[in-house]
Amino acid sequence: MTETLAAGEPLDLGPPVVEIRDLEINFKGRVGFVAGLGGRSAPDAKAVDGVSLTLHEGEVLALAGESGCGKTTTARAIMGLIAPNAGQIFFEGEPLPTSTRALRPYRRAVQMVFQDPTGSLNPRSTIYEIVAEGLRIHKITSGPNGETEEELVARALSRAGMRPPERFVALYPHELSGGQRQRIVIASALALDPKIIVADEPVSNLDASVRGEILALLLKLRDDLKISILIVTHDLGLAWTVADRVAVMYLGRIVEVGPTELVLQHPRHPYTKALLDVVPEAGGISRPILHGEPPDPTKIPTGCRFHPRCPIVASGRAKELGIEDRCTGEDLGLQPTGSENFAACHLVDVNQLP
Amino acid sequence: MSGTVLSLRDLRVTYRTQGGGVPAVRGVDLDIGTGEVVGLAGESGCGKSTIAAAILRLLPAGTTTEGEILLNGEDVLKMTASKLRAVRWAGASIIFQGAMHSLNPVRRIGDQIAEAILVHNQANEREARVRVGALLEQVGLPPRRIDDYPHELSGGQKQRVMIAMALACNPSLVIADEPTTALDVMVQAQVLKLLKELQHDLGLSMIFITHDLSVLVEVSNRLAIMYAGKIIEDGPADLVFHHAAHPYTKALAAAFPEIGDLRFRRKPSGLGGDPPDPQNVPSGCAFHPRCPERVDGVCEGIEPELWVAGENSHAACVHVSGAPAFEGMPA
Repeated sequence: MTETLAAGEPLDLGPPVVEIRDLEINFKGRVGFVAGLGGRSAPDAKAVDGVSLTLHEGEVLALAGESGCGKTTTARAIMGLIAPNAGQIFFEGEPLPTSTRALRPYRRAVQMVFQDPTGSLNPRSTIYEIVAEGLRIHKITSGPNGETEEELVARALSRAGMRPPERFVALYPHELSGGQRQRIVIASALALDPKIIVADEPVSNLDASVRGEILALLLKLRDDLKISILIVTHDLGLAWTVADRVAVMYLGRIVEVGPTELVLQHPRHPYTKALLDVVPEAGGISRPILHGEPPDPTKIPTGCRFHPRCPIVASGRAKELGIEDRCTGEDLGLQPTGSENFAACHLVDVNQLP
Repeated sequence: MSGTVLSLRDLRVTYRTQGGGVPAVRGVDLDIGTGEVVGLAGESGCGKSTIAAAILRLLPAGTTTEGEILLNGEDVLKMTASKLRAVRWAGASIIFQGAMHSLNPVRRIGDQIAEAILVHNQANEREARVRVGALLEQVGLPPRRIDDYPHELSGGQKQRVMIAMALACNPSLVIADEPTTALDVMVQAQVLKLLKELQHDLGLSMIFITHDLSVLVEVSNRLAIMYAGKIIEDGPADLVFHHAAHPYTKALAAAFPEIGDLRFRRKPSGLGGDPPDPQNVPSGCAFHPRCPERVDGVCEGIEPELWVAGENSHAACVHVSGAPAFEGMPA
């Protein structure tokens, strides 16, 4: 079975804005005090284990995977909130500085939007104070064209769809609906004129009918302001709706990355295929479902880290194709499967689809 | 389909708050046939979980519940306390959302499942233990886990324990209230598959409640969509999801796009406005302020009923084929 690869439209990607190379982040294993005195130690959790990823100007990139796969940790490293144990992050071609003071301009350029807008907003601050807070922290008293703080706040609010802004500035978060609160979170990011917005599950806490509006807003910001957007999500349907490219993570690694149409319609990694198979839809009953829970990052399997759950190995197909020994013994990185897509699977070598 | 397990007749639930009564359910009629799975969908605050709690009279004191809740022909609202205790769990049981918080952390799971069986005097302790072992096997857990504590289980396994508990007394109706919401994607798929298999093997009648329409369409025979305390569309699951008649259902379905469907690619669509405040429901059709297909001069004045919209389906919208002619409607 040799199928020709689906070519797809080449993506018109802008210049790279953020590049991460071979990023590794470990969380220290912890044992109880007494066990520690006894010289026992627990293994470190390798939350991110060699991730390379590029975010281009004006691109919407979705980082998808199960909980515990390291997607949020990767996003936090990109925001400069976690220092990596190894690897480098480049912003507009320059490596990120390590000192907090030197990181400041970068922190201004990278803004974040979290899952729960209610938890992200200070209940005792007015909308004006919330949106102006970032400006004050970064000691910005006027805009590039001499705008006052009031004007900057008003502009951010109206860009986030809170129009007219003067209707909202004096309100408190509890006076707004869930969708409006998420718009305020986005407005406070926009006040700082960011180049990148990192959105961690930006709509999963919102009501279904409101989600589309927030996603439409993010796409509009990309179109109007050329902001690059990294969306961290477990929801591949969301990636289909908004992302230009999708990166799928499994146990601290990116296992497949490429243009959304290709990755979600012609997956080359069995894990991507498994994730797509469990997206609920009408009539689907006899689809195979991966066994077990999300894997443990303190015990990464040898060989391909997905092999203990891989349906290709379990069904004996890997053996038939003569790649089983490599699946269980040989750790591999991303292999090119097209001009812009990559998958970390031994099937790629023998030109097979999962 | 023979017989009806549950019938709701003009169910109305009003919560009492300091700011006055809050009507959460405003006149709902619903029938669940034997062996049927009905999916109840809607956004937070639409009243779907209130219905689940009302069926077993689990609502807080001071809440007024009107209408009829006929479970196997008997009105739950008129039952005496002892009759109600007999019906809870044995007549109808609930699988709650967030299994992690519903299990007692200091008791073994086997004892927690056996409790329901013992309370209903369905078996002595030794028989109950045998039954619990069988139940665990049925939900895909090895029976040797019977003496585990909840913290020794993963999220998906705890949800399986909750399902075993709901099945312990062979209820004629199982209500699943967001049973997979807090679970990871792969685990969610495992639990959904289990529920479908159990439903099929045991011929369970179920009410499946969630905001996730794509989950519902996978497990349900029939869907009922709620908005502001009322059912605004009901019909065969596939039809309602793929060919919705009500503009609200269309918007809800669009929030869960099918991958590969080019209509949704780079086109997120949502509704303007916000879900209505139950204390201040808009006049006429409660959905009219957010409706993209609103007819000015008509929709704010009339309260639509569930008119025939298609084969076996109904929708509360002036646009459906079965709606009477209203003055002011475009030809």
